[in-house]
Amino acid sequence: MSPTTTDLGVGRVLEQCRAENRAALVGYLPVGFPSVEGSVEAMVAMVEAGVDIVEVGIPYSDPLMDGPVIAYAADQALKRGVRVNDAFTATRAVRDAGAPPLVMSYWNLILRHGPTAFARELAAAGGAGIITPDLIPDEGGEWIAASEETGLDRVFLVAPSSTEQRIAAVTEQCRGFVYAVSHMGVTGARTSMGDAAAVIVNRTKAVTDKPVCVGLGVSGGSQAAEVAAYADGVIVGSALVRCLTEAEDLAGGISALRALVGELAEGVRSGR
Amino acid sequence: MSDLTPEPLARPGRFGEFGGRYVPEALIPALEELDEARRKAMVDPEFMGELERLHRTYTGRPSIITEVPRFAAHAGNARIILKREDLNHTGSHKINNVLAQALLTKRMGKTRVIAETGAGQHGVATATAAALMGLECVIYMGKVDTERQALNVARMKMLGAEVVPVPTGSATLKDAINDALRDWVTNVGNTHYILGTVTGPHPFPEMVRDFHRVIGVEARAQVLDLTGRLPDAVIACVGGGSNAMGIFHRFIDDAGVHLIGIEAGGEGVESGRHAARFAASSPGVLHGTFSYLMQDDDGQTLESHSISAGLDYPSVGPEHAYLRDTGRAEYRYATDAETMHAFELLCRTEGIIPALESAHALAGALEVGRELGPDALLLVNLSGRGDKDMHTAAEYFGLLDGEATPEGTADEPRAEGDGRTQL
Repeated sequence: MSPTTTDLGVGRVLEQCRAENRAALVGYLPVGFPSVEGSVEAMVAMVEAGVDIVEVGIPYSDPLMDGPVIAYAADQALKRGVRVNDAFTATRAVRDAGAPPLVMSYWNLILRHGPTAFARELAAAGGAGIITPDLIPDEGGEWIAASEETGLDRVFLVAPSSTEQRIAAVTEQCRGFVYAVSHMGVTGARTSMGDAAAVIVNRTKAVTDKPVCVGLGVSGGSQAAEVAAYADGVIVGSALVRCLTEAEDLAGGISALRALVGELAEGVRSGR
Repeated sequence: MSDLTPEPLARPGRFGEFGGRYVPEALIPALEELDEARRKAMVDPEFMGELERLHRTYTGRPSIITEVPRFAAHAGNARIILKREDLNHTGSHKINNVLAQALLTKRMGKTRVIAETGAGQHGVATATAAALMGLECVIYMGKVDTERQALNVARMKMLGAEVVPVPTGSATLKDAINDALRDWVTNVGNTHYILGTVTGPHPFPEMVRDFHRVIGVEARAQVLDLTGRLPDAVIACVGGGSNAMGIFHRFIDDAGVHLIGIEAGGEGVESGRHAARFAASSPGVLHGTFSYLMQDDDGQTLESHSISAGLDYPSVGPEHAYLRDTGRAEYRYATDAETMHAFELLCRTEGIIPALESAHALAGALEVGRELGPDALLLVNLSGRGDKDMHTAAEYFGLLDGEATPEGTADEPRAEGDGRTQL
């Protein structure tokens, strides 16, 4: 029997957060940096420190949506031999630690693996679904079919530049949550969130009841609190990855990671 | 489960299964705006009239054709005619597309253009158009390419463009496109990305082809006028594939005309250091389009290699993939060594210094001519001139330290049959 959405997906976690009147904290790390084992350890530590959902990033040779911090970590991971299959190892560990793992991958890696095979292996490893930064639903027929078969969530993106028509069409195809890009640009911490994030969340919420999580630019507790005031989830990537890229060793990186996750977790609880 | 599967949305810009739009959602509105603008412009007499005027008074169109009998003596005495895109302003075919896209930029009310460049030809053309039309201009170029094409970097700067060397990845054309796309995602409100070849997300492959189609339209009429018949083969080099698509397209309905694209064979396909996508790759997605792609078994992009920066790209325009899979066009490759031989031969026999990219097409013509013999008529797109490549060529032939090439090398065709694929 194929698993259902509630078996694996992020819906239950987001519902629980909603019941607690707070936003969820979604943390991104790429598998394979500083090593496969090290990244898995770091992901588990994030869960223990208060992340509700883990984005398991698969490093890619041409990450055009990523800024320098994530691009650097992904490049290092590839140089150290990380493989797409390592994402399943990380997925299993995150699930065992008690949080739903959502894979974030550029489309060619999944296409090359075979969307159906990828979906089945991900579901078998306890994965919740996939975030596809360079796959829009218009091109997503194969993935939509594979995610239907396996019950995996599919998270597509909406951006400040999206028209109302596109927000409606993209949102229609999302399952789990809708990923609202906070500003025009690539991943990376920003000092100020500006108004664009709230605007895109409100525009999205006008056409859907599905949870809307905000990504790109959040780096600290006060920003997390600011975004948590209007979004269902706060997605943090570069700031967490930087804990690992700037640390002298893995232990130091994980220690910094726990501290930052703690601050962010407090932030998402104090926003409303 | 099929009854639960939502209907896929429309998939615009497909050539068979190839093409599409694999980019972040943030860019989709800009691509739709561009698609609408170019559709309207191409039926607007004002736009087309302005483009035609620029081509006539600025680019130098129509470009001439030149018959090269002394070169052809080394190609089985086939009759060879060159379409001289090297004589365009800025020295290559790239200006055809750039002027049109720069006009579109103004029509869309944008004030800044960005572009990627490999050999520098597209970057120079873009910087030129930006200067002409008063647009801010930033050019992304792989760091490796800025070194091997230093003269073109200076030209772009002279024209007022900012040149950004890209140090990441292989530091070549593919990485320049990544950074240009990152810039575009960030600044799409006031910026148009003048993509320089027939790849990328829809509508770029179609649009860039349409703006280069003038090459084939002119060449077909010129060859008919000169010889009274159509060529047996039309030959062009293929990196992303814009000059090839430009000259091929008008001949697609001429079933008897053999369309032959020449890829960069680098140090040979077996060496792994090449950009012969059709000889050694499989379909995949890079830079927003689904086409043939050099990738490993995980789907990570492999680095390509070519002596010519303009062909050093791991993927190829999706329409070429379609023409190849449907059998309408054939794709071969020329190695760096074969290319440099053809380069030297055209210099010595005809007094024309071609771009290294175009020299691949010439190497292909030597081979095709020998296969077809003296009755054959070949049309070759000489897509660019070789001034920018003088440093690479001088180094290759040992001319920098005062040595001269041994007399007569140009008259001795090298051994054939290096195992190149005959597709």
